[in-house]
Amino acid sequence: MSVSSAVQAAGEADGGCAVRTHRLTKRFRSGQVAVNAVDLAVPRGSVYGFVGPNGSGKTTTIRMLLGLVRPTAGRHELLGLSMPRQAGRVLPAVGALVEGPAFHPYLSGPANLRRLDAVDRTADPRSAGPRIGAALERVGLSSAGNKRYRNYSLGMRQRLAIAAALLRPRDLLILDEPTNGLDPQGTREVRSLVTRLSQEGVTVMLSTHLLSEVEQVCTHVGVMRTGSLIAQSSLAQLRGSTATGVRVETSCPQAAAAVLIECGLGGVVPGPGVVQADLGPYEPEALVVALVRAEVPVRGFTCVQPTLEELFVSLTGEGFDVDG
Amino acid sequence: MSTADGATIVSGREGTDPRRGSARALRWGAGTALRADLRLFGSEFGLHLVRRRNWAGVGVLLSVPIILAVCVKVTSDGNTDGAGPGFLTAVTDNGLFVALAALTMELPLFLPLAMATICADTVAGEANTGTLRYLLVVPVHRTRLLIIKYLAVLVAFTGALLLLVVVGWAIGTALFGGGSLTTLSGEQISFWAGVGRLLLVCLYIDVCFAGLAAIGMFVSTLTEQPLAVVIATVAVATISQVLDTVPQLSSIHGYLPTHHWMAFADLFREPVALGSIRPGILSALAYAAIFLSAAWARFGDKDITC
Ligand SMILES: Nc1ncnc2c1ncn2[C@@H]1O[C@H](COP(=O)(O)OP(=O)(O)OP(=O)(O)O)[C@@H](O)[C@H]1O
Ligand SMILES: [Mg+2]
Repeated sequence: MSVSSAVQAAGEADGGCAVRTHRLTKRFRSGQVAVNAVDLAVPRGSVYGFVGPNGSGKTTTIRMLLGLVRPTAGRHELLGLSMPRQAGRVLPAVGALVEGPAFHPYLSGPANLRRLDAVDRTADPRSAGPRIGAALERVGLSSAGNKRYRNYSLGMRQRLAIAAALLRPRDLLILDEPTNGLDPQGTREVRSLVTRLSQEGVTVMLSTHLLSEVEQVCTHVGVMRTGSLIAQSSLAQLRGSTATGVRVETSCPQAAAAVLIECGLGGVVPGPGVVQADLGPYEPEALVVALVRAEVPVRGFTCVQPTLEELFVSLTGEGFDVDG
Repeated sequence: MSTADGATIVSGREGTDPRRGSARALRWGAGTALRADLRLFGSEFGLHLVRRRNWAGVGVLLSVPIILAVCVKVTSDGNTDGAGPGFLTAVTDNGLFVALAALTMELPLFLPLAMATICADTVAGEANTGTLRYLLVVPVHRTRLLIIKYLAVLVAFTGALLLLVVVGWAIGTALFGGGSLTTLSGEQISFWAGVGRLLLVCLYIDVCFAGLAAIGMFVSTLTEQPLAVVIATVAVATISQVLDTVPQLSSIHGYLPTHHWMAFADLFREPVALGSIRPGILSALAYAAIFLSAAWARFGDKDITC
């Protein structure tokens, strides 16, 4: 049985989760609880966006997932196998990027990848050359040739780290801020790479600050806030659960507000030339009729779906301070 | 293909389906495991080899026999009394003694410094560049990584030591001639017997430094600062040598890690005096065992947060 099929068989017994954590907790020796009883469930085949403000515990969670940091409480499975006990079996099927790239500065990119491959006792040395070439090709680094890593630009370093995660065929990719430091072109390439890998059946868990990225590539999201997972669902569900608003543009905001309140809407806020309110269970069509009947001069009427960013802020709070 | 111990090995997944493919799996056996370990060893050893800093260090080590031989040659009246365990006075007799005199001079500081520097690169150095986290998620078992790193350090040190001895012998022979030589106890031995003794000396120093290397590896697992490892390891060697000179502490002298190092000179007596060689070996092995275990215990469940 290959690594992937062993891992797959185990995964199906687990209700199809590529990553599953149970009350995973990390209290550092400083006493700080960086991750607090987190129950992650990353479905197989999903692209899972792991978001949260700076210092909310994303990287610490990822370190625990990969067995770099020992949880103080809780347990977790990757691809259905329990970690860290089965790390030797499951990690070959997992590609990872943890808190930015890190390589030997005085070795070239390919030499660094050869080094990582040499460490893997389950990798075939005979196929190392082609695999390294293919990984570099995938991230657009083929032309960097034998430049030493210390002379790489930030984006090249980031790409090399992604190439390292793709050194072998993987079943799960855990990427901590994969587009950090990339130019717009590189960001787009990484996004399309993630989409392509996902189509090939790879589960991708990526942590990011870019909500546009989540919107474009993710099927699921988990939101962290001061060490706790405060929301986790499919993107569609998350959107469905949020209140749609209405926005009426009018020269008589007071009159419009009165009509909306009369219709039973909550959260009515009149402003200069515009009134906003929560739609609630009401039909937008009926509201328009009511406004026109009351002879309110309506210039525009829109139903507003909150952007992911507004959702995110409503979940994690407005403050600019880091968590922790 | 999985076997009794559940270990599996995959050799790429070339096949019709680009990703899953026909997983061409190798049967896991002692041969495959050994080959994988050798590959990792080669990679670790290679890291020591490609660092220019290490070659600069080798250059410093090699400069000592060269400077020594040249100085003795130009001040050739042979008045070199009172240095080392008698090798310096014999330098003009036979070129082989240049290598031994250089070893004597480098043993207190330069060789410990060289060992400390490469020990610092192993764990602390990789933690410092952040490469340690990527090694561990490859994955590699921490015990296996530690042992292979230790072996690579020993082999790299042995290489430097052999280079030092060969260069010392070569320049010594060029300037003072070779042939049969007189041992410290006065007997004549043949040239090849002398070379054999020199190799035994290297082996003995190597064993002694295996103890220091274990201390260095242990310190390396404690910190992310390579420089701290260098300082701590050299400090251990130096303090040990200082304490070794304090007569009031004679009761603990035998337990100091450096106490038996200079006993290598006994290998140049006829017959070879094993009186302090044997405890030297035992002491080094004990230090190696204790500090490797400590390094293993520390590294085994360390949180990698760098
Ligand atoms: N080794 C450590 N010792 C003590 N506290 C730590 C340690 N590592 C991280 N922390 C703390 O844990 C909290 C979570 O950090 P973490 O790196 O997981 O955040 P993050 O969500 O990845 O943030 P960012 O978005 O900035 O990358 C922070 O408050 C941080 O200060
Ligand atoms: Mg982070």
